[in-house]
Amino acid sequence: MIITKQRLFSEILDSLVGEKTVFLVGCGECATVCQTGGEDEVKALSERLQQAGKIISGSVVLEPACNLLEAKRQFRKYRDLIEQSDSLLAMSCGGGAQIAQEASGKIVHPANESLFLGTVKRFGQFEEYCSMCGDCVLDTTGGICPITRCSKGLLNGPCGGSQAEKCEVDSEKDCGWVMIYKRLKEIGKLASLISTSERLRDHSRTVKPANRQLTRDKGVKK
Amino acid sequence: MTALQQALSKGEFAVTAEVAPPKGIDVTEMLEHVEHLRGRVHAVNVTDQQSSVMRLGSLATCVLLKQVGIEPVFQLTTRDRNRIALQSDLLSAYALGIENVLCLTGDYITLGDHPQAKPVFDLDSITLLSVARRLQDGYDLAGNKLEGSPRFHLGAVATPGYEPIDLQLLKLKKKVEAGAQFFQTQAVYDPAVFARFIDQVKDFKVPVIAGIILLKSAGMAAFLNKNIAGVNVPDPIITEMKGAKDKVTTSIEIAARIIRAIKDLCQGVHIMSLGWERHVPALLDALRL
Repeated sequence: MIITKQRLFSEILDSLVGEKTVFLVGCGECATVCQTGGEDEVKALSERLQQAGKIISGSVVLEPACNLLEAKRQFRKYRDLIEQSDSLLAMSCGGGAQIAQEASGKIVHPANESLFLGTVKRFGQFEEYCSMCGDCVLDTTGGICPITRCSKGLLNGPCGGSQAEKCEVDSEKDCGWVMIYKRLKEIGKLASLISTSERLRDHSRTVKPANRQLTRDKGVKK
Repeated sequence: MTALQQALSKGEFAVTAEVAPPKGIDVTEMLEHVEHLRGRVHAVNVTDQQSSVMRLGSLATCVLLKQVGIEPVFQLTTRDRNRIALQSDLLSAYALGIENVLCLTGDYITLGDHPQAKPVFDLDSITLLSVARRLQDGYDLAGNKLEGSPRFHLGAVATPGYEPIDLQLLKLKKKVEAGAQFFQTQAVYDPAVFARFIDQVKDFKVPVIAGIILLKSAGMAAFLNKNIAGVNVPDPIITEMKGAKDKVTTSIEIAARIIRAIKDLCQGVHIMSLGWERHVPALLDALRL
């Protein structure tokens, strides 16, 4: 899921300067889990903004905020409230914020910072495991991604910077390559590390903005 | 063939030192430091924005050293430049007469003075070595033919105290396969650790130049232990520095003692004097180097 954190309230207020009436848009999926855009957070931010003198025309929690059809469908139900608002405040990831703009045609302000594609370790603890590089190497690295879990994203083994198996960037973080090494040893596949020829990233696989279109018969459109 | 390459190939004990380019363009002090090394070392490494701190470029500094008749080792990291810029800099280096190149991955960006900068790491130390070798073969990384090809003396770094050592050995093996012709190591303080390391890399048949950092104080030793990966100054040495009447004399004694203990295990020493270049001749005198 997309991990988000709420922007500072002062930053949110600054973005709303000169605007009086605001409509809030939450997200029932990622942002709900991150506690940045679920029903509770929408209610809490709504109250805080009212205390700061804003008029909250209404709110909706989309399921999810990043789906254009869902956003359009829900916004139709709130058309008048949205129309009378100066702007929308998106309590979602940046994808959701842009979809809210496309679906409403209104000015949309982000209430959150989008941080990373995260896994959920336990309640409230999110970690980045995948960088969506478009060229998965997990099969040869013991199921641990070097692009993401090595701070430098090195593909051919560790740098010389780790101390006591911790990363030079943050002594709280395990060295990704030490993790890969231990896992490969554990599953008897260290040989794959030795035999793999040098790897180079292919950044042409992730030229932005990316898109992908499925066809109706479930194949991929060429 | 460079002087360093000649020394190593003839089995002469190689001596290299290191200078850091200034932050700015005033190279007076750096060139003064380098003067102390003239005629005493085979080559002088020039660091590449070490610790991710922005400085005068390594390549330009290498050329300045060359102009005053000192052989440089061009340190090149993959932190700040992508594969296009790195290949171009390698070609530029050769065109300017620089042949010794030490290929490094580089420290992470957030450790330096521009922590908001974009970390590149498009290549790493291994792929940088193989790219350099590919240029020597007359082709760029994309397979395009070059008009005239460079000839380098390629080095890589190793950390004798790295744990788990097997993981580093895997990487060093790849560095050798990628084209490393010599290793310069992280600072050595424990001859036993170094001896074990040499035993583990002897099959690579690549000359090893042992790193020596001149300690300036006990505090510096503690700093190295805490902050520099793979460096471990043993307690007795720290105590020795603490009790030193004359820090320079004691520092040189310690370095000379370590070098004597490991001299027969390696093919040279790399002295990192961090501004104490003026004391390097005394160390070399003590060692009759």
